[in-house]
Amino acid sequence: MSLLEVKDLSIHFGGVKAVQNVSFSIDAGIVYSVIGPNGAGKTTLFNLITGVYKPTTGEIRLDGEAIHGKSPNELAVRGVARTFQNLQICMNMSAVENVMVGAHLRLDRNLFKAALRFPSLKKRDAELREEAAELMRFVGLGQYVEARADAMSYGALKRLEIARALAMKPRLIFLDEPAAGLNPRETIEVDHLVRKIADAGVTVVLVEHDMKMVMNLSDRILVLDYGKKLTEGTGEEVRKNPDVIAAYLGTHA
Amino acid sequence: MKKSVYNGLYLVIAILLVLPFVLPNSFYLDLAVRMAINACIVLGLNLLIGFAGQISLGHAGFLGIGAYASAVLPTHFGWHPLLAMGAGAVVTGVLAALVARPIFKLKGNYLAMATLGLGIIISIALRNEAQWTGGPDGMPVPAMGLFGFELSNDKQWYWVVAALLVVSVWSSLNLIDSPFGRALRALHGSEVASQVVGVDVVRYKVAIFVLSAVFASIMGSVTAHYVGFVSPNFADFFHSIELVTMVVIGGMASVYGSLLGAVLLTALPQALATFEGWETVVFGAILMLSMIFLPKGLVPTLAAKFGKGE
Repeated sequence: MSLLEVKDLSIHFGGVKAVQNVSFSIDAGIVYSVIGPNGAGKTTLFNLITGVYKPTTGEIRLDGEAIHGKSPNELAVRGVARTFQNLQICMNMSAVENVMVGAHLRLDRNLFKAALRFPSLKKRDAELREEAAELMRFVGLGQYVEARADAMSYGALKRLEIARALAMKPRLIFLDEPAAGLNPRETIEVDHLVRKIADAGVTVVLVEHDMKMVMNLSDRILVLDYGKKLTEGTGEEVRKNPDVIAAYLGTHA
Repeated sequence: MKKSVYNGLYLVIAILLVLPFVLPNSFYLDLAVRMAINACIVLGLNLLIGFAGQISLGHAGFLGIGAYASAVLPTHFGWHPLLAMGAGAVVTGVLAALVARPIFKLKGNYLAMATLGLGIIISIALRNEAQWTGGPDGMPVPAMGLFGFELSNDKQWYWVVAALLVVSVWSSLNLIDSPFGRALRALHGSEVASQVVGVDVVRYKVAIFVLSAVFASIMGSVTAHYVGFVSPNFADFFHSIELVTMVVIGGMASVYGSLLGAVLLTALPQALATFEGWETVVFGAILMLSMIFLPKGLVPTLAAKFGKGE
């Protein structure tokens, strides 16, 4: 059985049908990419699956369990992590604390133990800080462990989001344009990073405009256009599909 | 946050230990007690406003519930003051939770409006229920007795309140640098980011609001016993605004800022007494200037200037 199954998913914003009857399934352990021209509904699809939006119609199943309509924090409990196209970093916290927040569900969140500084909590926090620093090194932010989040560059913050998502120890991670706005060298680094994440056994769902990166990484690709599924298949299949070429380049009159 | 944030706590303890021996007379001791009480309230409020990013404009209402619980229950029903204080805290907690749950399910910052209304309702109720509360004139509060030992003079009160302040600062520092505290700061920094890592934002907002309100209620009871008298002014809107101002002037999301804000704004009306009739104007001017030149509040601005953490 697939890890994630999406069936006839739609969402309408007033008269705008941002996603229409999209169906696909993702097997565990693969890198699955969603591509399409601007406004095709890729980020909306992410927001639907990760609970930020509630679908108008359709089903989403994670390991067979219906998850459509669940809130993001309920999905986090089930091991679904994501990053954001437009950064969502807590600028009021340090870089390493942003990563530590990712481990929220794995910690003892008791208020009174926290206020009274229970040694068990402090010990766990010290371990977590080390864990978070390790994750920052994993995503290539080793030099920023002591930094404040608001003192970091755009490219570094993109990776900080990935580190935060990884701190959840997710089964499934949604990366929304991790290479957008990065220079070519940073893009290659992110490419390697996504590979490392997949190799660690996390199922990766990727939205990305950098076609070289998509073709290089993806096991399967879903193509969206105007909210509808255009096609789905391996990189080779998608590349040769005339509809895809038409959607990206336009057709001859 | 590093170990060093606790250094400030040692400084606070040192000041509190020395203070009663250097203050020239009981006028200053009284001022010190009121500063410490306000500092505790502002600490609780800053957890809500500065750290969790939720604004309460009705905190004086919660102070009022605590204060009047400590006045009415022992006077009319013969309750022990500690029991009355606990009852006030429980009522406040339930009320705060009832108001907060539906409010936090809405998107946007409606808490300010809701607490504004709640605070006004509480203060009107206290003013109107004259047979219990003495109405606009207020009522006297019986002395606080602890284990057969009565808290009567300012010196004793000073040590009680100083201990409360130290515990409040310590536990606030602990809370901020804990999984609970990080979740609070994260939902302030980016609500959607905190949700996707699993923070149940409604639950956390309700929790910190209730905690802050209950703490205000307890400090309201303490104030009532210390002053020996309560009046509805204590619970009114202007007092709520004064508390918010202390948070903002001292520094949002700064523990030591809360202390400084409370100390300065408690002392300021005394210092401005010489302006006779113009003190409100001067008060307002000081607030405006500090907002223009120190928008982040005193302690964070100064800390940034001298390159320290907090």
